[in-house]
Amino acid sequence: MRRTARALLGGALAALTLTATGCAVGTGGANDSNAQYDSASPLSGTLSVMGFSGVDEVATSRMDLAKKELGDGVDVKLIEGELDLQQFLSAVASGKPPDIVYADRNQIGSLAARGAIVPLDSCIEGEGIDTNQFVPAAIDQVTLDGKVYGIPEFNTVQLTMANSQLLDAAGVSLDDVNGSDWDAVSAANKKLTKSDGGKLSVIGYDSKMPEFLPLWAKANGADLISQDGKKAQLDDPKVVEALTWAVSIYDDQGGFSAVKAYRDSADFFGEGNQFATNVLGAMPMEQWYVNVLNDVSPTAPMAFDTVRDKKGDTIAYASGSAWAIPAGSANPEAACRWAKSMTSVKAWEAAANARIDARTKDGKPFTGILTGNADADTMIQGMVTSGGEPWDTAVKKMYEANNNTFALPANPADAEFTTAMQDAVNSVLNGQAKPEDALKKAQKTAQDALDKAWAKLDNGGKSS
Amino acid sequence: MTVATPAAPGLSAPAPAPDRRRARRRARRRNLFSALLFLSPWIIGFVVFTAWPLIYSAYLSLTDYDVINDPNYVGLQNYRDLLQDPKVFQAIGNTIFFTVLQVPLHVIVALSLALLLNRAGRSSSFFRTMFFLPKMTPPVAVGILFLLLFNGQNGLINTVLGWFGITGPSWTTDPAWVKPGLILMSLWTVGASVIILLAALQNVPEELYESARIDGAGFWRQSFSVTLPMISPALFFIIVVNTIAGLQTFDEAYTAFFGAGNTTYGNDAALFYVIYLFQQAFTFLHMGYASAMAWVLFVIIMIVTAVQLLVSRRVVYYEGEGPK
Repeated sequence: MRRTARALLGGALAALTLTATGCAVGTGGANDSNAQYDSASPLSGTLSVMGFSGVDEVATSRMDLAKKELGDGVDVKLIEGELDLQQFLSAVASGKPPDIVYADRNQIGSLAARGAIVPLDSCIEGEGIDTNQFVPAAIDQVTLDGKVYGIPEFNTVQLTMANSQLLDAAGVSLDDVNGSDWDAVSAANKKLTKSDGGKLSVIGYDSKMPEFLPLWAKANGADLISQDGKKAQLDDPKVVEALTWAVSIYDDQGGFSAVKAYRDSADFFGEGNQFATNVLGAMPMEQWYVNVLNDVSPTAPMAFDTVRDKKGDTIAYASGSAWAIPAGSANPEAACRWAKSMTSVKAWEAAANARIDARTKDGKPFTGILTGNADADTMIQGMVTSGGEPWDTAVKKMYEANNNTFALPANPADAEFTTAMQDAVNSVLNGQAKPEDALKKAQKTAQDALDKAWAKLDNGGKSS
Repeated sequence: MTVATPAAPGLSAPAPAPDRRRARRRARRRNLFSALLFLSPWIIGFVVFTAWPLIYSAYLSLTDYDVINDPNYVGLQNYRDLLQDPKVFQAIGNTIFFTVLQVPLHVIVALSLALLLNRAGRSSSFFRTMFFLPKMTPPVAVGILFLLLFNGQNGLINTVLGWFGITGPSWTTDPAWVKPGLILMSLWTVGASVIILLAALQNVPEELYESARIDGAGFWRQSFSVTLPMISPALFFIIVVNTIAGLQTFDEAYTAFFGAGNTTYGNDAALFYVIYLFQQAFTFLHMGYASAMAWVLFVIIMIVTAVQLLVSRRVVYYEGEGPK
């Protein structure tokens, strides 16, 4: 019996060990060479979509149109919820990926480098997708090593949002807080900040760190990463200067810890938001927050401008989503047509009309949609409805910002790069490091990650 | 004079010796087969969901693996990289700090509450339920709750401290106070330990206390000479389980500082070992490195538990054992 048990155990272990050395399903050098993309050919089969929730009228109106474009032969199945990287990668590794994924544009580089998604050159050519119609910064974000890996959708930009009542009371103008003059912002911040019994009661200015370091660095004339995505530039003196200034904004208010605690306690999406309750002077913020404010506190004393660089020119740090086709997609042809349809001018027009209907029903203005498609943006800008001031100005500034965007280029180590950058900023915000030291350390971490990732990419997915 | 044993009715005469051995072997094999058959659901589950992932992760720890492409064998490189990664040491430091403070505090609070409940009489079942209910809260909700309760500006904790003229710290944003805050928040789930200790306390024979009283022992003497020895197995169990849980702490801290609502500001004071492991695996897709980290944690937990077991031989009293 003992021998039998030993034999069973030995056999099991041997089998496990043997399979352990050869069970991963690799996709290195992913491609879709078997796909036949042709905008005129009829399609069939199933299209499983991961990471996209068709919950609002902007999504459903475009989905209806895309389904029509695919034809009755294609059964669209939504795997709802945001893209879960674990779920997606497990599906790819097991050889059963979804047919198309909806991902953050900043994830595209890493996914492409690992062969999880395929380049879309054939798809773009076969379906006749005009990539020139997309916002350049958005296309840059999904282009790795000269190949496009995603079809961009939506664009997020920043505006300067301010409480005009607080500005007036402090004798500060909107120009003082739009970023064009950092000394003016610092001075305005000091004037606007209020404390009550040693506790912060009004946040003067929020430089929105750590997420907006790329914005402030660019405003100071620096790029955090080279255009080809190969060289980190975190230790550029201009980046150090930008970080030093952005953190000083918090230091002047008692430190980041106090500001963040106060910021976190706000009813950000409700009637008790910081602007409506007069506890925030000004901050740069993504444009979607205009809609939130207009919804929950339409009478808040708001003032809007773009964020400006030191020359006074408008700048915005773009981000958004993209459609990508996973390696091993069972229906890449349908996936490609879906991506094309969902991002077409026609689809965005349908979405804008649906949104106008919904807003009109609620007695609210249509403030526009930033689509990632420049042609669609131009069209939709002409469809916006007036909500009176300051909301009309907000919309105008939003479109101005949308025409002046930059983005961090795609790279195969975007997660590591972003983490290194944020760790550096956080350590300075927490008072654990000086900007120069933190960024020097981050530079090394980020560059090491980039070097490794690019070497691996050049080596066909294998570490050198 | 030997007397032949009569064969039992219905049975043939005993087989010769070699045949008997063969029959016994056959019966044993049949028994083994039956046992394995009945155990097979568990065995299959164990092999598929425990043994196989364990062995496979050991193999992966020797590879460069990004989940998508084939694992690329790199030998001990991941372990060498581990030793040079400052974040690993920061995470280990955070985790040890948390565990060393959280476990004793957890035990002290649980024991105090159990002692109170033990004297609560008929209302004890109500309080038992009340203490246990928070344990049912999902850890993710506890993480969110932590941010609300411990907010430095207007959280309930600091509001209460303010009533006593104490200015509370920025529990959620000041690196010096993040871990103490999480340790305090971990007491939210003390209820399960309270129930275990209460059961142990209620199992201490009353005669022992009577004897101790007759011998002139006061409250403290009774506590240290009767109560603690008698509940020491339960205490030991709670210490071991909480130590392991402390070294693997993840949910609440991840939700509060690294989750969806905190994608940019991850306070490194809350970067525990398993959080960093998770980041390596699912943010950076360094699955081989993460597997190496997991094995290092496994070894650390094994060593800590082994030390605890060795110490327990001297301080834990099991009924039925002689005096140590």
